[in-house]
Amino acid sequence: MIKSTLVAMLAVLALGGAALAHDVPTDAQIAHIAYTAGQLDIAEAEQALQKSKNPDVIAFAELMARDHKAVNDEALALLGKLGVTPEDNPTSQKLAADAAAKLKELSALDGPAFDVAYVANEVTFHQAVNLALGTVLIPAAQNADLKALLVTGLTLFTEHQQHAEHLATQVK
Amino acid sequence: MRVLVLALAIALQLAPGGSAAAEYTIVVSAMKFGPVPAGLRAGDTVVWRNDDMFRHTATARDGSFDVDLPPGTSASVVAGEPGSIEFFCKFHPGMTGTLMVGP
Ligand SMILES: [Cu+2]
Repeated sequence: MIKSTLVAMLAVLALGGAALAHDVPTDAQIAHIAYTAGQLDIAEAEQALQKSKNPDVIAFAELMARDHKAVNDEALALLGKLGVTPEDNPTSQKLAADAAAKLKELSALDGPAFDVAYVANEVTFHQAVNLALGTVLIPAAQNADLKALLVTGLTLFTEHQQHAEHLATQVK
Repeated sequence: MRVLVLALAIALQLAPGGSAAAEYTIVVSAMKFGPVPAGLRAGDTVVWRNDDMFRHTATARDGSFDVDLPPGTSASVVAGEPGSIEFFCKFHPGMTGTLMVGP
């Protein structure tokens, strides 16, 4: 628990730090970060759906894939309407690099060892993303519709975080 | 089957007193259940309308109803016996509310 909290804090520092290093992120960068985080969680969920045999883990992964896809579809529609093109940035790149490493690490695991590692990473990932949303991305968002979508996203991802934290106490 | 009875959309219900039953809509959006009807009575219909981008459920804690709500869909339940029923979303248990059913 202490370890996962520490990892989450480091991840948040990386996330927030990278965003802040370029002053306040623009809406195009914020959209890219939020969209990227969603796509990465979908990729983790798809891996879990291929590897896990645990019904609770499978149900959680299905929920992640479905909910994150819904947010990202909405985000794409909104960006199209606003004429905003998501802009790649160091925070998105760091997220993607970390997630790629995690996918590779988890690919070597099977059975309960995979389940434990997947769920622990979901806790850490959602903690980091939620803290970044609450402290950096939402405050910085300029467009009201984008901000509203991020706020709904934060409510959703907080549910996911609690779900993952609960699951982490059950999966052994 | 206790307090609320799950039903498919029913055109008109008669309340126990014989007066025409009312229909109320509870809108789900942005990860929240909207306001619950104030004057809900036994025999009235509650329509759950999911305007959100996410799949939700409206699920009674006492097991009296459990409605699946894919994005953009609606489903109805008919209020049964008077009382209060707590409900939540099975996928996002932080989403909660309470129906008050009057006689
Ligand atoms: Cu829900």
